[in-house]
Amino acid sequence: MRRITRPHMLGSALVALALGLTTACGTAGPGTEEDAAGVEVWVVEDATVNQVVQTAVEAYSESAGIEGELVTYANDAYKQRIQVALGSPEAPDVFFNWGGGNLAEYVNAKQVVDLTDALESNPEFRDAFLPSVLDVAKIDDRYYGVPMQGVLPVVLFYNKKIFDEVGVEPPTTYDELLKLVDTFKKEGITPIVLPGAQAWTELMWLEYLVDRVGGADVFQAIADGEEGAWKDPAVIKALEMCQELVERGAFGNNFSSLTSDNGSASTVLASGKGAMYLMGTWELSNQIENNPDFVADGHLGFTAFPALEDGEGDPKAIVGNPSNYFSVNADSAHIKESIDFLVQHMASEEYVEDLIEIGHVPAVAGIEDKLAETEHAEFTTFTYQLVSEAPTFTQSWDQAIPPAAAETMLTNLQMVFLGDMTPEEFAEAMEATQ
Amino acid sequence: MTSATRVQRPGALWAAPALLFFGLFGLAPIVIVAGLSFTTWKGLGTPEWAGLANWQALPSDKLVGSGILITLSLTVLTWATQTPLALAFGAWAAGPQRVRAVVSTIFFLPLLLSTAAIALIWQALLDPNFGVPAQWAELTGLSANVLGDPDLALWAIVFVLLWQFLPFHMLLYQAAAKQIPASLYEAAEIDGAGPVQRFWRITVPQLRHTIIASSVLILVGSMTYFETVLLLTGGGPGTATRILPLHMYLKGFSAFEMGYASAIAVLLVVIGTGLSLLVVRVSGYSQMTSEREGAS
Repeated sequence: MRRITRPHMLGSALVALALGLTTACGTAGPGTEEDAAGVEVWVVEDATVNQVVQTAVEAYSESAGIEGELVTYANDAYKQRIQVALGSPEAPDVFFNWGGGNLAEYVNAKQVVDLTDALESNPEFRDAFLPSVLDVAKIDDRYYGVPMQGVLPVVLFYNKKIFDEVGVEPPTTYDELLKLVDTFKKEGITPIVLPGAQAWTELMWLEYLVDRVGGADVFQAIADGEEGAWKDPAVIKALEMCQELVERGAFGNNFSSLTSDNGSASTVLASGKGAMYLMGTWELSNQIENNPDFVADGHLGFTAFPALEDGEGDPKAIVGNPSNYFSVNADSAHIKESIDFLVQHMASEEYVEDLIEIGHVPAVAGIEDKLAETEHAEFTTFTYQLVSEAPTFTQSWDQAIPPAAAETMLTNLQMVFLGDMTPEEFAEAMEATQ
Repeated sequence: MTSATRVQRPGALWAAPALLFFGLFGLAPIVIVAGLSFTTWKGLGTPEWAGLANWQALPSDKLVGSGILITLSLTVLTWATQTPLALAFGAWAAGPQRVRAVVSTIFFLPLLLSTAAIALIWQALLDPNFGVPAQWAELTGLSANVLGDPDLALWAIVFVLLWQFLPFHMLLYQAAAKQIPASLYEAAEIDGAGPVQRFWRITVPQLRHTIIASSVLILVGSMTYFETVLLLTGGGPGTATRILPLHMYLKGFSAFEMGYASAIAVLLVVIGTGLSLLVVRVSGYSQMTSEREGAS
């Protein structure tokens, strides 16, 4: 669960090389057996989720009398593999994607089936999903995907033990957050853990601050490619706030060396060297893996991102990875069966229960009671309430905008946090990518 | 390097497997990449002809210019650190003492590790909170921020590369130094030359061909340090260590601008080829003959 939505770069080099060779030689790569025989589903490797999907695929092929096959790919390899496969005879019938800008690329290339009619003729299926999550698969007012796993919003984690020792409460407003920064700094504790070696962790701060300062429309305009959207005063203000946090010492002196990939950032929080950590909800499984005692002793605290008193944004709005989605390939020989598979299984009771069982919080309405019975009920219930009460759920920007712009954005954002680039220069550079 | 005057040469058939491999995996991709550099391609659908657009974008991309500069700095720094140390250690290890043989065997261990493993080990060792820098920061008050400091990150990479490649070059020097006839040292000793003089006047001149060979390997190899940089810093902080090969990778497989990445790739081929031609020219590598005593 933890890294499923976050393609990170480790190991991609080899895959890139292998892909480069197969595409360069003009071969189609390793052949998949009997292409047109059944419904082929491509998904990113994740032991627990794959099992749930596998069960659904088996149930469907039994009831529909058509063969179903699940093909899994390692996370890093998947994005490159699907990008090359779509439009070729090797492509699957149903494929996993990140929604938003990632899905829009495929839609613009006319590779994805429009699911709007299917959703409208099955209103119960459509209404089963939380609207803010389903909407991420909406491109130009048409739906092209349905959520296939749990929601992963970004929340503020904190070390309860440290908070108790210092005698403070988790922040509910941005001013309180700033006060906490000063308090922890005085105590010699890094106020906020920030693995700045990976720019996408810095992006989470910008995403929330822009949302709190100017509301969700600010980024929506950016995602829609509107002219001047990057130069919105809210973006500039939020970038300035990021730089102020750095100068205030909120992230300590070493944040630009810190990485989250080897569990280092998680351990900084758990060991009490750091007090707060803004991260996706997959951090829970990171902590269970890296610092099991920290979680078992109940020291892992969590809260929503604080409200900004004079901001225009709704304090209940959230950012993160709404979900991952299943979409249907427009060139598929089994479009009807593929849609049937999604409609019959993606919101079915068995599928939702299976997801809850593996610790996910499915993007489905009315599951409070089921979540209350789970092992980490407090956390899953918190996540569920956060998402279901959120007026908007802004997708992680690096997934929502085209990959070329995302690459530039991440590089430049790191420069902003280092103080090597001003907010205005950042906006200028990003405007050039629109 | 072999004599070109040999009368009986093996038939072309003998070269066929090597040529086939070279053609298929060496030349063909280069030609295709050169073709791709004139297209726009997101990896999705078919490449579209873009004319010279990618090439025209190259000069205005600040990261290409800085990438070349950082790549060249890395080349120079790795050469300047690896060559003297490898020469010194190699000459030392060539001595007949048993302890030297044992110590140098231990020293060769990094040769057995893959680049990815080395990069990840050092990333953990250089961790600002739990690694070596955290310890020395406590002792000396220096910054523990190594990989995240734009001024230090490149040096950290140079150091890791030194650790990784020193044993290999040391091996070259050790083998070559063992070939130097003992009679030269004996004669020098009779003439009253001390150990330092013997090193500078006999060992170094006798190893000059090895120095050139090892330098060529370092210089050309520096174009392939990609994975170490990718795993250690990802080109960061900011763009402080974004070498040109990494820029190509990020443009191709992160931004999915395959056409533009291909243009950078062609530029890399040109720079790499130019560099090795230059070294071969300047060093006289192509005219080298046997370095056994009395031959050259």
